[in-house]
Amino acid sequence: MDEFLLVFRRDFQSRENQPSPEQLQEHFQKWYAWYEKMAGEDRIVLRRKWDGEGLVVDRQKTVLNGPYAEIKESIGGMVIIKAADYLEAAEIAKEVPILEFGGTVEIRKAL
Amino acid sequence: MEEKELLPHLFRTEYRKLVAVLCYLFGIEHVEIAEDIASDTFLAAAETWAIKGVPENPVAWLYTVAKNRTKNHLKRNSIFEQKVASEIRYSSDMEEEIDIDMSARNITDSQLAMIFAVCDPLIPADSQVALALNLLCGFGVQEIADAFLVHKEVVYKRIQRAKEKLKEGNIRIEQPSVTEISGRLETVLTTLYLLFSEGYYSISQNTILRKELCAEAMRLNFLLVENELTDRPEASALLALMCFHSSRFEARTNANGEIVLYEDQDESLWNQELIDRGAYYLGRASAGEKLSRYHLEAAIAYWHTHKEDSPEKWLHILDLYDHLLAIEYSPIAALNRVYALAKVNGKEAAIQQALHLNLTNNHFYYSLLGNLYTGVDRAQAILNYESAIQLAHSQADRAILFRNIRRLQEL
Repeated sequence: MDEFLLVFRRDFQSRENQPSPEQLQEHFQKWYAWYEKMAGEDRIVLRRKWDGEGLVVDRQKTVLNGPYAEIKESIGGMVIIKAADYLEAAEIAKEVPILEFGGTVEIRKAL
Repeated sequence: MEEKELLPHLFRTEYRKLVAVLCYLFGIEHVEIAEDIASDTFLAAAETWAIKGVPENPVAWLYTVAKNRTKNHLKRNSIFEQKVASEIRYSSDMEEEIDIDMSARNITDSQLAMIFAVCDPLIPADSQVALALNLLCGFGVQEIADAFLVHKEVVYKRIQRAKEKLKEGNIRIEQPSVTEISGRLETVLTTLYLLFSEGYYSISQNTILRKELCAEAMRLNFLLVENELTDRPEASALLALMCFHSSRFEARTNANGEIVLYEDQDESLWNQELIDRGAYYLGRASAGEKLSRYHLEAAIAYWHTHKEDSPEKWLHILDLYDHLLAIEYSPIAALNRVYALAKVNGKEAAIQQALHLNLTNNHFYYSLLGNLYTGVDRAQAILNYESAIQLAHSQADRAILFRNIRRLQEL
């Protein structure tokens, strides 16, 4: 088993993706279920809540407030999980609810 | 409230507030950005709260995240900044700190300003109701489609068209001035009336959704009544009308979802609290001198909350319909007047008046004639009910008409 970093990004493709309250409830349940499943399979290495604000240091070493993400692709959370290989990690990533509203999951293996 | 129900509940109550405050801040040109920020805030909540539970003060959490998202967006997007920053209400503070004011006062002001923008007469009626549900009530495209029994794409297009109209017309999201309030309030009330009617008379079988539409229309109307500027007698009158109608919501459909006619309703199912509220607002409405159509319709609805038939009741109703038709003619009101006339002067007199209306493309016309001929001329009654079935739109309407014919045949 290797460790993989999963980074969640939301990405609004179209205004039609606006959730309804019912969809939002389902969405929340799916997140909940996904974390439960990961915990049940003992895959979670690190899960944390991340502050939405953050800082960015640029080339001129200026410290700026916030990650300045475009709303269209704002960074959600990230989690480190255990998986056999990239293929399995990708299979796991396919189940991540962020994909529902046009999000993406970036996967990196820890070396 | 259970944790899993909390988020949709908050979405219902808070999404529209975020959208209103942000639109008020950005202007109508950037309504999509406001919607994106609000949507994103809730998706972030779904994701974050699933990890370690709901924060202690979830509403404050949502507001903070929305504020941060907005600040980030404003700083990030240079085009947006150049174009909008100069127009933004709090432009002086722009460089240091953008203040996104989520105080109760500003939320109310923003929502009121949004109501006036969305209800601008520039937008065609069907688009207007869709846009109102979407922007003022936070209804998703799919929900609106379910309520109107149309395809999702149709609703989406209507909303887009409405937004384009607002942008083309350069409609400002602002508090209406005291001088223009009368004229503009009228178009707002028309939209709320439409919204309520969509819920109350909708052919959709989804009762929960229909009740929500009515509740939303009443909530928006309540905002008008609560605000000093818009608290006009006609706003109270419309709210009274909605209260009286809503009081019969439980009684007007049976367990199978079929419509129960007024005469057959179980009045113990009428909601007395709503009737009392209606009476209260009708009292408030009588403050002014102007008699609007809402005053008359509310007064008619008031008399209908008395189940007992009395000569007095129907005389009042007939008189009110006469007034209403003088102010604003509509075929439905004319048909209803004839019904009241039958109660006062008898069915034969009413039949003569009904035939004069000659509304041969309206199924209510034939079902009224069917009703009037019942007990007078059975063959004519059946014939008219049959014509009504031909023209009826919904299964529920047809079911009632078939039932009436069966009753007549059993005589």
